[in-house]
Amino acid sequence: MASLNIGGKDIALDEEGYLENLNDWTPEVAEALATAEDVTLTSEHWEILNFLREYYEEYQIAPAVRVLTKAVGKRLGADKGNSKYLYSLFPYGPGKQACKYGGLPKPTGCV
Amino acid sequence: MTTKNFLFVNRKAPYGTVYALESLEVVLISAAFEQNVSLAFIDDGVYQITKGQNSKGIGMKNFSPTFRALGDYDITKLYVSSESLAERGLTVDDLMELTYEDADDDYAEKPSIILVDAKGMAAMMAEQEVILSF
Repeated sequence: MASLNIGGKDIALDEEGYLENLNDWTPEVAEALATAEDVTLTSEHWEILNFLREYYEEYQIAPAVRVLTKAVGKRLGADKGNSKYLYSLFPYGPGKQACKYGGLPKPTGCV
Repeated sequence: MTTKNFLFVNRKAPYGTVYALESLEVVLISAAFEQNVSLAFIDDGVYQITKGQNSKGIGMKNFSPTFRALGDYDITKLYVSSESLAERGLTVDDLMELTYEDADDDYAEKPSIILVDAKGMAAMMAEQEVILSF
């Protein structure tokens, strides 16, 4: 099993790089997961990660990308609630990539 | 992709078996494929959407908050058997307030729960193209 070493602590990842244990998440974990994929997290990335974490806290699911796009538009404005913006931040797919860095499970319905 | 009317019939209590949780997973997947999805809650299935669930003591995840996300997935029709509620001494006030925002009506918040009797349930089922029972 893959793992990530943060400050001397081993953090278990599944075969696709998502956290095995969602409670292991810290902002440092997000930074390390992003760095591993050559992504530098900016405040724009964090806005989406924080949004996803709040969504998970409230509904206990990682939203499908269509739902994420709509919800981001409602919360953060139409200029951000569109695929173009979200893909510019998370080119591997906003659902998969942002959920991974945010310490959420892979979105339901995501293949 | 062809859009069909899907109905998921939920007849079992939320915990103790994995039926309810698995049903909800398939519901979310179907909606992600933009199908026209409705849910029905019959028999002990009505317990799945009751208020104030706490699953701490049995070590299972309380997934009831996820029902509140269904509106985001454009799942706006949750049919609840009025007989099943009455047989269990429940009323609609014991159920979570599940709503959706109607895009055709300036995003007004509307209730998703539709109380129906057996006759209404049968009529609704007759309009479905795919029915999956859990």
